[in-house]
Amino acid sequence: MAVALILVLVAVGSVAFHLLSPWWWTPIASNWSYIDATITVTFWITGVVFVAVVGFMAYCVFRFRSTPGRRAVHEPENKRLEVWLTVATALGVAAMLAPGLFVWHLFVTPPADATEIEIIGQQWQWSYRLPGEDGRLGAVDTRLVSPDNLLGLVPGDPAGRDDVIIQADDFHLPIGRPVKVLLRSVDVLHNFYVPEFRAKMDMIPGSVTYFWFTPTRTGTFDVLCAELCGSGHAVMRGRVVVQTAEEYQAWLGGQRRFAQAAGDTR
Amino acid sequence: MSELAHGTGGLIPAAEVPEMELPHPHGWWSTYVFSQDAKVIGIQYSLTAIAIGMVALVLSWLIRLQLGFPNTFTFIEPQAYYQFITMHGMIMVVYLLTALFLGGFGNYLIPLMLGARDMVFPFVNMLSFWVYLLAVLVLVASFFAPGGPTGAGWTLYPPQAILSGTPGREWGIVLMLLSLCLFIAGFTMGGLNYVVTVLQARTRGMTLMRMPLTVWGIFTATVMALLAFPALFVGAVMMLLDRLIGTSFFMPTLVEFGERLRYGGGSPILFQHLFWFFGHPEVYIVALPAFGIVSDLISTHARRNIFGYRMMVWAIVIIGALSFIVWAHHMYVSGMHPWFGFFFATTTLIIAIPTAIKVYNWLLTLWRGNIHLNTPMLFALGFIVTFVNGGLTGLFLGNVVVDVPLSDTMFVVAHFHMVMGVAPVMVIYGGIYHWYPKITGRMLDETMGKIHFWITFLGAYAIFFPMHYLGLLGVPRRYHEIGETAFVPASAGDLNAFISVVALVVGAAQMLFLFNLAWSLRHGRASGPNPWRATTLEWQTPETPPGHGNWGPELPVVHRWPYDYSVPGAKEDFVPQNQPDPSPSHAARGLAT
Ligand code: HEM
Ligand SMILES: [Cu+2]
Ligand SMILES: [Cu+2]
Repeated sequence: MAVALILVLVAVGSVAFHLLSPWWWTPIASNWSYIDATITVTFWITGVVFVAVVGFMAYCVFRFRSTPGRRAVHEPENKRLEVWLTVATALGVAAMLAPGLFVWHLFVTPPADATEIEIIGQQWQWSYRLPGEDGRLGAVDTRLVSPDNLLGLVPGDPAGRDDVIIQADDFHLPIGRPVKVLLRSVDVLHNFYVPEFRAKMDMIPGSVTYFWFTPTRTGTFDVLCAELCGSGHAVMRGRVVVQTAEEYQAWLGGQRRFAQAAGDTR
Repeated sequence: MSELAHGTGGLIPAAEVPEMELPHPHGWWSTYVFSQDAKVIGIQYSLTAIAIGMVALVLSWLIRLQLGFPNTFTFIEPQAYYQFITMHGMIMVVYLLTALFLGGFGNYLIPLMLGARDMVFPFVNMLSFWVYLLAVLVLVASFFAPGGPTGAGWTLYPPQAILSGTPGREWGIVLMLLSLCLFIAGFTMGGLNYVVTVLQARTRGMTLMRMPLTVWGIFTATVMALLAFPALFVGAVMMLLDRLIGTSFFMPTLVEFGERLRYGGGSPILFQHLFWFFGHPEVYIVALPAFGIVSDLISTHARRNIFGYRMMVWAIVIIGALSFIVWAHHMYVSGMHPWFGFFFATTTLIIAIPTAIKVYNWLLTLWRGNIHLNTPMLFALGFIVTFVNGGLTGLFLGNVVVDVPLSDTMFVVAHFHMVMGVAPVMVIYGGIYHWYPKITGRMLDETMGKIHFWITFLGAYAIFFPMHYLGLLGVPRRYHEIGETAFVPASAGDLNAFISVVALVVGAAQMLFLFNLAWSLRHGRASGPNPWRATTLEWQTPETPPGHGNWGPELPVVHRWPYDYSVPGAKEDFVPQNQPDPSPSHAARGLAT
């Protein structure tokens, strides 16, 4: 009796916590509301299953608890019931997988007009690089990384001379324009993570990885590192400022180019 | 129709396997220390695993103190924090759960449940334990080595794991990798034994489809471990070489803190594939024995046959096979080729189907049963709740795009603790309360057992259920403190403090369990040979605790499947597997239709 009651309370309490507690995802600031929608669908399906399973268990514990004279029913198999349950489960799984794969396809297919930008992780800071007027990012080589060239740009590459480089400062993005983020690391794994954008991806030394998104809300957002990268992992922070096109242009105008930065230190 | 699975009677084949020669102990040392008796080895494995598990438990307290009350315990610096979570995670998964299920339960139960006198290679079996103990000692040594244990996270991802930004890169990581290699070597010796014993040493009449699900679970998990651990082994050897002699298996060209290191050309992602090729099956290496054991607990204590035995066996085997083609679901945001996501999400969600079947069958075993709510049964119920909860959140993380925002957050930590931390631990406790009478001849105290259960179950649920929501909020894992962030409300700190307090209480309740183990050894009620009135062979031994060689002069002969509970027409509500009387006919059992 008490056991059945506690089981019911566990199920009901879980649902109540889900609905009433103040802890929920942060308001979204990118186009990935599809992801939020898929999570919501998954919550519904799994929530129903959880309550049904625990509820049924509580019922059994209540109804079939040992009492004097009770004898269990001996029934080794029940083909029909088993097939029926298997099919129902497969349908539920398909109902979650189908939207999941559909949205994943969107997630890994950047639109043709996305602006390419680069984010570089190193222990324990973020740097950013934007293409200049030529619209192209210059070549890089990790072997060239040095105190004056933290991102390892190839000095001879003309495409790189006008690249905008942001170090140890906030990064800015214009609202409403899709960006394809190219991710690079010069030392260990990192992961560029802004909870409001819902997207994240590891950065791997020696490779370039990517994800894409469109900022949909202006504001300042925290950047965190989401892949353990040594003892400074938790303090590897940054900020992204999403602003209107005009504000963004004004900010961009004030940024330094690779050629300038290299010139200054020489 | 169902003769295959539950046929009574039938032909018992003549003994084909000659009786084995048992090595006989001479004196105290070879009886209790260098014993070749699987039962003693099983107990040695279990006690060692529980001892090192206590270390991991204390580490979880320290982790929780830091997370619940940041800036209060200043001795827990970031470096120490990373060392704590790494050692906590690795100990729990490998040195506690794997060792306890396979080395502990496997050794004790396989020969007894199959009607064998011992494992087929007793000497190798003994060696397996001593190598395991050495692995544990090497691991413990890293706490005392200069620089301390490694803080690379239990996943040990390179390049970070062997570079200077990570604590324990001097000795810690080397000892960790060495210890893992030793563990795998030791496990392989035991594992081969379990497999050969199951295939070759079953007593007459014990067909594969009459084995208790406990044996099916442990057997399948062992086969999986024999296939999965080698991937970790090569990964560990390669990383040792990268660390010690400067090879570059996993190390690309890189510049650390402005210094160009002499590595180049290796692939960090390759290690992740090797690690998870082991790591995902590892989840099931822990889960399948738990599935098996819990099936037997539920059937025995609900006095009802396990529902859908053949389906249960096939589900175990299918889950075991499928779990080798889902590993990269741990790598959706690792930067591997995005198209892998489609494949691995599909295989991962397909596994949910046989897993769900198992859950249904446990529930349907309870349904129309005669449920005795004793401590083993309570733990079995606790297992179902936590396993279903954790399995369902697995559907979030397996569904590739849903994993993107949740991966590497506290949601993941909550998920895997529920499904492979709490749920298997529930089964371990259930199993210990269930088999302790056979091992010692005395019952564990039920009152202490129930207090232990309720604090552990409700407490663990209260720790890990709300933790999902911290992850949903965006709190990353492996952060010793969240620090200044706009998106985390102050109330999250209160939740963290609450979780930490509950974690301390739950940890303390485990001391009650240890006390119960020790106290009942002398003061527990005498149990007799078969206190639960169970059908399987281990309860039918001539002596309790079973003597060396398990059986008297004659091995038992098996006449039926292990789940003849409440058979209509039978006098008792259980018919032991070795009872020949075929009294209840097929028709009477409602099978022949
Ligand atoms: C009293 C029970 C336990 C508590 C309170 C607890 C708590 C924790 C906490 C707070 C973390 C760190 C999370 C983070 O910041 O990333 C952690 C990590 C971990 N725990 Fe537990 N834990 C418990 C039992 C277990 C068990 C039984 C297992 C067995 C599977 C386990 C496996 C792990 C693993 C694999 C990690 C990850 C370590 C890493 O990130 O490298 N824990 N635990
Ligand atoms: Cu980082
Ligand atoms: Cu997995």
